[in-house]
Amino acid sequence: MVRAPDTPRVRLDPRAAVGHHSTIELVKGRNAVIEYRIERRSGVSTYQQIVQQTKQALRLGLLQPGDKLPTAREVVELTAINPNTVLKAYRELEREGLVEPRPGLGTFVRRSLARPEAAADGPLRADLVGWVDQAREAGLEREDIAALMASVLEQRFDTGVSPATPN
Amino acid sequence: MDDPTTVPPALEAVGLGKQYRGDWALRDCDFAVPAGRICGVVGPNGAGKSTLLGLAARLLAPTEGELRVLGEPATAPELRARVAYVAQDKPLYPGFTVAETLRLGSELNPAWDDEMAQQIVEQGELKQRARIGSLSGGQRTRVSLALALGKRPDLLLLDEPMADLDPLARHQLMGTLMAEAAERGTTIVLSSHILPELDGVIDFLLLVQRGRIRLAGDLEDILDGHQLLTGPAEAAGADALPAEVLVEQRVGGRRATALVRTGEPLDGPWEGGRPGLEDLLLGYLRAPAATGPGTTPGEATPMNDEVAA
Repeated sequence: MVRAPDTPRVRLDPRAAVGHHSTIELVKGRNAVIEYRIERRSGVSTYQQIVQQTKQALRLGLLQPGDKLPTAREVVELTAINPNTVLKAYRELEREGLVEPRPGLGTFVRRSLARPEAAADGPLRADLVGWVDQAREAGLEREDIAALMASVLEQRFDTGVSPATPN
Repeated sequence: MDDPTTVPPALEAVGLGKQYRGDWALRDCDFAVPAGRICGVVGPNGAGKSTLLGLAARLLAPTEGELRVLGEPATAPELRARVAYVAQDKPLYPGFTVAETLRLGSELNPAWDDEMAQQIVEQGELKQRARIGSLSGGQRTRVSLALALGKRPDLLLLDEPMADLDPLARHQLMGTLMAEAAERGTTIVLSSHILPELDGVIDFLLLVQRGRIRLAGDLEDILDGHQLLTGPAEAAGADALPAEVLVEQRVGGRRATALVRTGEPLDGPWEGGRPGLEDLLLGYLRAPAATGPGTTPGEATPMNDEVAA
């Protein structure tokens, strides 16, 4: 129960704790670093949810090299999931070279997945914003746009079409 | 987590049985729960879950067979300090206040962690001067768990711990239990009727049905070793699926659903995949216990592999 004074404090939002999901917010200084949301009925295993949410945070640059992941104890205290699940997810992230355990200190981010090309002020994002606006003007709803995007992604990635060879 | 090869199992039963006035509540139970696991004991009413926990807590003596707890014979006196048990009816002294109850815990347990116990009581906003007899069922559950966790046990046995708690208290206390397991490697064995409550929490399963152990093993291994199949109704029939793997099948409208005990693909117009915990348990609970695989403990059924694993 003894917490080092510099250990990040974890706060529970009681509203988030009711029902089949819960939120963990890790506060470093005053900025939230990562927040795991466990959906019990999503069909995705709890361990996969932690892996995916960590990668998402790495892609968005919310987690950066040197950041400390919450300890298994901190995660399970607020999400009420099995601690072995958290350790398994962290081992998977370690196998992929994204995080590293430092004995006695915790698990730390080694590598970011953020792509400068996808940055908030980058041209790719600006193009996409323009395209989404165009789709809305054409009368598409949010779901229509998401379905179209998913379909195009599937076509371009799963059928082996390489970006260098236009149809 | 400790190396499982050097740490004895938290619970190890060999031919364990318990008879009450001629009726066997449990019989021919062989299983081992490794240390450091969160084990769910699941089964219908009267299946023998409470008897199993009572034997592990040494409140009951086995009629036959042997039970070892944390590597010791269940009768070893030194286990008293290492095992905590919360019974289904949460027996506490109704005339005591909350403060007096925790004081009793601190007097009776040499390794008492008062901070832990106080924190659990405070989280529920219980008044120190409130009499146990004036508390609601859920509040008494909270005091019982404070006593059990304050003891800092190596093995925590909980019989239907969450039944009378509101969703917030259930989530808080389950979080506290999981944090304790994460920090100290405490083995937790809990029985429950509320199947969704166990999903994401347990990593080891004991399925008890009519006094027999129907499944025992690592939860991921058990789920990998089953499939939930759906197919056209015509596909379901007496010989459609091999009897040695079929746990349960049902026909609803034009579709048939079957739970089978194999991870290998089967011939036929079936599609499906790995079941969820709830699918698995409901399949077994619906199936008559007298049929299907793994009903005869002691024989060379796949169950024994899981027990040994």
